[in-house]
Amino acid sequence: MRFFEFEAREIVKRAGIPVTDFGFATSREAAKEAAERIGGSVVIKSQVLTGGRMKAGGVKFADTPEEAAAHAEDILALEIGGHMPRGVLVDPKAEVEQEYYAGVVWDGLRKQPVMLFSDMGGIDIEQVAEEHPDHVGRGHFSTLLPVSDFQAKQVIAQTGVSGSPLNRITPILTRLARLFLEHDLTLAEINPLGRLKDGSFVALDAHMDIENEARGRHAKLLADLGVGPEETRQAREATPFELAGEEVDATDHRGVAGNVTEFDGNLGLVIGAGGGSLTLFDAVRAHGGKPANYCEIGGNPSVAKTCGLAKLVLGKPGVEQIAVMMSIVSNTRVDIVARGVIKACLELGFDPSEKIAIFRIPGAWEEEGFKILEKYGVDYADRSVSLNEAARRAVEKIQGVAA
Amino acid sequence: MRAEATFIAVEVDDAIAADPETARRLTEACPVDIYAQDGDGRLELVESNLDECVLCRLCLDATPSGAVKVIKLYDGGAVLA
Repeated sequence: MRFFEFEAREIVKRAGIPVTDFGFATSREAAKEAAERIGGSVVIKSQVLTGGRMKAGGVKFADTPEEAAAHAEDILALEIGGHMPRGVLVDPKAEVEQEYYAGVVWDGLRKQPVMLFSDMGGIDIEQVAEEHPDHVGRGHFSTLLPVSDFQAKQVIAQTGVSGSPLNRITPILTRLARLFLEHDLTLAEINPLGRLKDGSFVALDAHMDIENEARGRHAKLLADLGVGPEETRQAREATPFELAGEEVDATDHRGVAGNVTEFDGNLGLVIGAGGGSLTLFDAVRAHGGKPANYCEIGGNPSVAKTCGLAKLVLGKPGVEQIAVMMSIVSNTRVDIVARGVIKACLELGFDPSEKIAIFRIPGAWEEEGFKILEKYGVDYADRSVSLNEAARRAVEKIQGVAA
Repeated sequence: MRAEATFIAVEVDDAIAADPETARRLTEACPVDIYAQDGDGRLELVESNLDECVLCRLCLDATPSGAVKVIKLYDGGAVLA
């Protein structure tokens, strides 16, 4: 879940990282009051969960409180990328000598967080990394061991920053890394981190994403920020198909058979196992297939639950066949999943051998599972067939080409 | 008594089914609630749960040999031993 900028700044501030004396306003009057309190020139920034604010007119400068109020009124009514603003951030216009970038992101390949730093802030770090790789420092760190200043210092020093700036930025990056771990974040970014005339540093903008599954662990923080449990901040509302998937998963405590996302293809997917869903979804697309959905099964769902999910997918308009695929399973039983998907076909009046393009789930109780699949003439594959190959076969079959 | 679903059938000796103590043991043993008891304590088979059978054999262990048969309909009627 993404935080608004004003929320991310508050989190940064609580972590002891210097921020500007900003204000948050949801009305013209409140913006004016904030500008009066701050004094001097201010920046009015739209609070939306999308990029391109500046280009869309969602960031404006004001020299007086009256001008700030007028800008706030305009911005509050301005839709950006389909999003209406939550409010406006009223920020003092800082006299910045140089802009830097400080960030922490999750490296999925290394399975570790990584600190990032650049002495070229204010622009996308991806762009800097591509065009000026020598201006980006990086360093992975443990999620188990304490984060130390020396680690941050090494990352910053890679960019050539030294002396007083190095000493002043180091605790900021260290705190950001600790914040990342303590709050179960997937992204913590200060961009730009501004160096002021007096040599001090201040966070001028912040972006943060929290792991959705960790929301329960941070109930107090979310409550403090006014984020209610009903506020999911998904990119779009769940479709009826997706809500039905949630219902299937909720009706039975055994295992997982849900997390459904709707797409508009013709190949229904009943997939899962330790990241297998994403891999399989990508593999199907890579082979030219058109998935009708994404979903996740695992943890040994019951026959009824698997059946419920398969029926949902099979019943989706446009779905011609389903592919039932998982990586090698140990805590999900092959025979139970086989029963579930075959039962779904039978209950909907379909021939399982025609509706199931491929069944590729090797692992626990596969001998029993394969007996079931053989009885119903379902094309199945054992562990000698890779996930990628299984996806290819499923795509070929649905495209009417003999595998 | 006998009940069957798509994949699994269960047969229970009638005398065993009429014994409330054995019925209680079966009801407690089954992890997927295939067995239940009626108001008089007699055994009932819950048809909607038959296909959830995990072939754990706990019902076989809870009763005298041959009193309960779990039949794999997908395997040519093989009886769980």
